[in-house]
Amino acid sequence: MASLKELRNRISSIQSTRKITRAMRMVAASKLRTSQEAAQAARPYAQRMRDLLAKLSTHIDGGGALAEMPLFAGTGKEEKHLFIIATADRGLCGGFNTSIVRLARERIRQVENTGGKVQVICVGRKGFDILKREFGDRIIENWSLASTRHVEYKQVQQISARVEEMFEAGEVDVCELFYAHFHSVLSQKPTAHRLIPMRLSPESDGEGAPESSEASVEFEPWEEELLEALLPKALRSQVFQALLENAASEQGARMSAMDNATRNAGEIVDRLTIVYNRTRQAAITKELIEIISGSEAL
Amino acid sequence: MSENGFHFNLVCPEFQIGFDEVEMAVIPGVEGDFGILPSHAPMISMLRSGVVEVHSSKEGNKRIFVRDGFAEVLAGDVVVLAEEIVLLDDLDAGELAQKIQNAREDVADAKDEETLEGAKANLEHLEQLEQAIKPN
Repeated sequence: MASLKELRNRISSIQSTRKITRAMRMVAASKLRTSQEAAQAARPYAQRMRDLLAKLSTHIDGGGALAEMPLFAGTGKEEKHLFIIATADRGLCGGFNTSIVRLARERIRQVENTGGKVQVICVGRKGFDILKREFGDRIIENWSLASTRHVEYKQVQQISARVEEMFEAGEVDVCELFYAHFHSVLSQKPTAHRLIPMRLSPESDGEGAPESSEASVEFEPWEEELLEALLPKALRSQVFQALLENAASEQGARMSAMDNATRNAGEIVDRLTIVYNRTRQAAITKELIEIISGSEAL
Repeated sequence: MSENGFHFNLVCPEFQIGFDEVEMAVIPGVEGDFGILPSHAPMISMLRSGVVEVHSSKEGNKRIFVRDGFAEVLAGDVVVLAEEIVLLDDLDAGELAQKIQNAREDVADAKDEETLEGAKANLEHLEQLEQAIKPN
């Protein structure tokens, strides 16, 4: 059995661990709120972007012109894949990073087994750290968002500019984005979202279809040029939306992980305290017995 | 749409602002500025970077800088989607001048091509903004 001093030390060290995890939980909770707000604030823009795209596509001879836009329709091949894998910059958030990476890893294997080629852009340091051992040669770029407090639109512009560049250079046929979709604080679902070829309004299939407006709409300049300008922006807004969701998910995951850790630490402290008290009592009893039996022997 | 004007929404990725009872809006289209009055015919237009003027009976006149966007006039309501929106009332000329100064220094100090490009783009953005305030 451990000595009293050892027990005391363990209890106090676990108590301080609990203090840390509790503080981290609270920090994550407040960050979660701000990142949720940011994700919400970005929603109208993404929604309107999708609507506008949908409207344009219905107005332009039944979507024919849209299908010819490379960014929208892709190249028609499925050989060269570009995976953008968004993870956190920090650890201590439960299975958040590993679950995204696991999904991405499966996809990479799947594509490579069918003869495709994969290139990877990592957003967030943790994903890079995990993936570099296995797929180091496929990683062409590694972005970290740690330098700023929130995901900024400017950063997204840089990332998606890179994607567009590669697409235009013919280095990419298909582009997918891996991130954790925010369901609730307790559940974040790793998701693969296809950016190129683009899918129209993935969330509002069917009912979200725009009411085909009665009046004819004027376009300035002509439709194709509008579409050409709009598509990169739509791409960017999707990346932005996904990264914001990812940031919210990260904080949610960290919050529940730290909550578990705090609770766990509490349980261990309780258990150790009982052991400590019992040991102390046993020592006292032992001493008493020694004194009594000593006096009886006289 | 009400009798008193239309609803005007400006949306960018980070936030959105709306104006009620707008009597007229002047929007910088790629093919020239255009004004929008209530009951304007439906149209979708690309915008260049510039200043949107909003004349609202309720909220007074506002000038808003937009970068690279689209305007949508449908069913009487107007929506501007832009990647950046700056309310010019909130902008402080002195602060902006300081930022431009810093940006110029960044351009001068840039060592590799990438940072130079980034710094130049930044400077250009800020100068556009400065242009936007000037006519006042």
